[in-house]
Amino acid sequence: MTTWPILSVTTFLPVVGALIVYLSRGDDEAAKRNSRWIALWTTLITFAVSVILVMRFDPNSADFQFVEKANWLATGITYHMGVDGISLPLVILTTAVMPFCIIASWKAITSRVREYMMAFLILETLMIGTFSALDLVLFYLFFEGGLIPMFLIIGVWGGPRRVYASFKFFLYTLLGSVLMLLAIMALYWNGGTTDIPTLMHTAVPRNLQTWAWLAFFASFAVKMPMWPVHTWLPDAHVEAPTAGSVVLAAILLKMGGYGFLRFSLPMFPLASHDFAPLIFTLSAIAIIYTSLVALMQEDMKKLIAYSSVAHMGFVTMGIFAGTMQGVAGGMFQMISHGIVSGALFLCVGIVYDRLHTREIAAYGGLVNRMPLYAMTFMVFTMANVGLPGTSGFVGEFMTLLGTFKVSIPTAFFATFGVILSAAYALWLYRKVVFGALVKPSLMSMKDLTLRECVTLFPMIALTILFGVYPKPVLDMSAASVQQLVNNYNTAVTAVKAAALLQ
Amino acid sequence: MSFSTAGYQLAPVLPELVLAVGAMVLLMLGAYRGQETTRAVTSLAVLLLIVVGVLEYLQPAGKTVTFGGSFIVDDFARFMKILALIGSAVTLILSTEFLSDPSRRIFEYAILVLLSTLGMMVLISAGDLISLYLGLELMSLALYVVAASNRDNAKSTEAGLKYFVLGALSSGMLLYGSSLVYGFTGTVSFAGIAAAVTASNIGLVFGLVFLLAGLCFKVSAVPFHMWTPDVYEGAPTPVTAFFASAPKVAALAVFTRVTLTAFPGIVSQWQQILVFVAIASMALGSFAAIGQSNIKRLMAYSSIGHMGFALVGLASGTVEGAQGVLMYIVIYVAMTLGSFSIILAMKRNGQAVEQISDFAGLSRTNPLLAFMFAMLLFSLAGIPPLAGFFAKWYVFVAAIKANLFTLAVIGVLSSVVGAYYYLAIVKTMYFDEPAGQVDPVRVEVKTVLAVAGLFNILFALFAGPVVSVASAAAKSLF
Repeated sequence: MTTWPILSVTTFLPVVGALIVYLSRGDDEAAKRNSRWIALWTTLITFAVSVILVMRFDPNSADFQFVEKANWLATGITYHMGVDGISLPLVILTTAVMPFCIIASWKAITSRVREYMMAFLILETLMIGTFSALDLVLFYLFFEGGLIPMFLIIGVWGGPRRVYASFKFFLYTLLGSVLMLLAIMALYWNGGTTDIPTLMHTAVPRNLQTWAWLAFFASFAVKMPMWPVHTWLPDAHVEAPTAGSVVLAAILLKMGGYGFLRFSLPMFPLASHDFAPLIFTLSAIAIIYTSLVALMQEDMKKLIAYSSVAHMGFVTMGIFAGTMQGVAGGMFQMISHGIVSGALFLCVGIVYDRLHTREIAAYGGLVNRMPLYAMTFMVFTMANVGLPGTSGFVGEFMTLLGTFKVSIPTAFFATFGVILSAAYALWLYRKVVFGALVKPSLMSMKDLTLRECVTLFPMIALTILFGVYPKPVLDMSAASVQQLVNNYNTAVTAVKAAALLQ
Repeated sequence: MSFSTAGYQLAPVLPELVLAVGAMVLLMLGAYRGQETTRAVTSLAVLLLIVVGVLEYLQPAGKTVTFGGSFIVDDFARFMKILALIGSAVTLILSTEFLSDPSRRIFEYAILVLLSTLGMMVLISAGDLISLYLGLELMSLALYVVAASNRDNAKSTEAGLKYFVLGALSSGMLLYGSSLVYGFTGTVSFAGIAAAVTASNIGLVFGLVFLLAGLCFKVSAVPFHMWTPDVYEGAPTPVTAFFASAPKVAALAVFTRVTLTAFPGIVSQWQQILVFVAIASMALGSFAAIGQSNIKRLMAYSSIGHMGFALVGLASGTVEGAQGVLMYIVIYVAMTLGSFSIILAMKRNGQAVEQISDFAGLSRTNPLLAFMFAMLLFSLAGIPPLAGFFAKWYVFVAAIKANLFTLAVIGVLSSVVGAYYYLAIVKTMYFDEPAGQVDPVRVEVKTVLAVAGLFNILFALFAGPVVSVASAAAKSLF
């Protein structure tokens, strides 16, 4: 169907943009403006190309599409790219969020603009690559490679404790991932290849499944992040520049969920089944505990960071429920959270740019000066709470529904998270937006500029659109999710039947 | 030519002959024309190394044995020799500035590097314990002198002396081990030993341990690493770059050849030694480097750690393991030469700076240098998509296949610890305030840096051919 390697073009276009930024030398204002525009156009073109992917994508097929294969390393390790219904939404999410990140950094970043834009563009390539790689080594290359630009983004353009945060981010993630690397090697010797579609149909011995599952879990649980290995996230979020937080929340966290869907469930179904109670427990704890922690935060970004951990708890819970509703809900929740939490960080960034503090106590009564902002912030707060009619509701509801079929206690406890999220999100909103406008520093606050409206209004539209009409996302992934769930259940039932016969 | 009867052809040793004769000619040139010829001798030496490399490349494919089995030329030997020649040639290029100082116009420097390289080539091709020792000593004796080549500097002299004393000790151990092995097998040739050794016996294992101890010293593996930080720090920087590259190639090559071709019958015996040495080296290399403030000392600990990683591949004792060692050493040499060219480039007001704090804010004063170094450091830490990742991949994949899970887990965990101190340098360069301008970088240093840096960053693109060459070379050992 395709005559040109459209997926590779999408993946590597940002790197080309980064090279162009690099070649536009100079340190004056004009050069800075140039690099901003080049970066913006690159991300927009990348997005446009990825839209072609959506148009040509056949949602009725569960197979990998736009497949490209080329020799790379010898024996069983190839350059193999392709997307299915699980990865394509995440690819689109990535390409769609990036232009907003560039626009959000337009005024906020004034030093070393060229390097900043290059780091973001390279990061985009690595993120798209992570979602579209169909070879484990290639996947690992993109997955881990993302650490380098993110480390620099946090460390160079971050807040006061940026060094600590960047080191913690890097080492935490690396520690999880190296264990996964060993599991990848074990799978390589087991199957003789690192080709993901082949490995999905390769039987993995029970013993190896357990160990490999744990190793992959070590990596994805950190990335997700799941309680209790989430502690790097609040630090990284708080210190990162606004756009860094957006990328972190909207895309990097999704790599964990994607990993569970792409590897853990299809390749180690038995181990996934065995460990599901562990995941349920950790998810429930994450939902309740981090929500409670969020209630206590004094820093806006930290509050949203903890709420992210809670929302990712819904995703893991849904995925490991192994039911159609659970997995599809987890998938949807990832997309929805990508939009909503990204937008929330942008909202925080907007007031931060004006007042240079993220302390909740420093704000209050913003509605009087910034009605547009108040409205925007409200939509995303409601979506974060999971109010029906916003995209947040759909994901949470479906994951709870899917989990209810498998484990009623988990669903029971997780539902508390919905109440608690209302508590902290509304509390944050009240403190920042409502109340009397008494603080002198707030008197001169300006409402949203055109640039800020351009970044936020499309996200409002998507949040509400997916809230009332989630079909486009669900349809895109339906066939792949269905196949994943079928295979998982077949594998689990087969073992149960065999156990009964003995 | 009557000599070229059965088993004594000279064709396989042609590159070595050319190198030896060339070195003598250059020595004469220097001796008769005096120290003004330093520049010419050095340039000619680089040329000579290139010619020898080409000759080596043109050697007929397949395995040739000469001198009654003492000298083996196979794919493995060719691979390692060309790598060692590249290492030597590049470090000679990097030494140009060091030698241009009027007080240090020593033409002998290049001659010693050539002779040391000759030793490496003999060592790599060694087919029995005698030629092994011959090559090792030729290589080491030249190295001792080179280490002290900055003779008016106390630290350099100390480094040379320290290296000599400890090196002599290790040679003694190696000889002692060799004599025990000879005593218990009745032969010095690797093939003969392999045929004689089918079951372990205590005397033989004793000999093996001493032999391996001597080799561990040369690759600076724990617990025979003590000389490394001092010598690395004390020796002039181009010399340190030399120490870190070519001799490591040769030592690792002979390590691989001895264990795999002479003792395949008692793999389990040397495997446990190597597992211990690898774990100890990786752990020490990672932890001890954290506290360092001098970049050359840090590179010393880093190289100890990296030798540990390379030995992980060897410990698996399989063809994949040998391939892992080959991949590791190729990438290691590129990373090391790149890193040292940056250390050489770091000068303020004509004065070389070696403290890590001197790198502060380099990303703003010299962005390209900082970027290249950052990429090399990430690569040394084994972060994909840089070359260092592939090096680690190939050694650990061999260890996993050989079911050495504990070794692999400890290995990757210590690589995370190691990542910390590499990150700390990146942090200094990118996050800290600039510590002042750096001098313009000399063109030869720039060239080496560009080649090594691009190799490192773009390795993923041409990894395939490198892998297949390494795989063929590894197979030639079995």
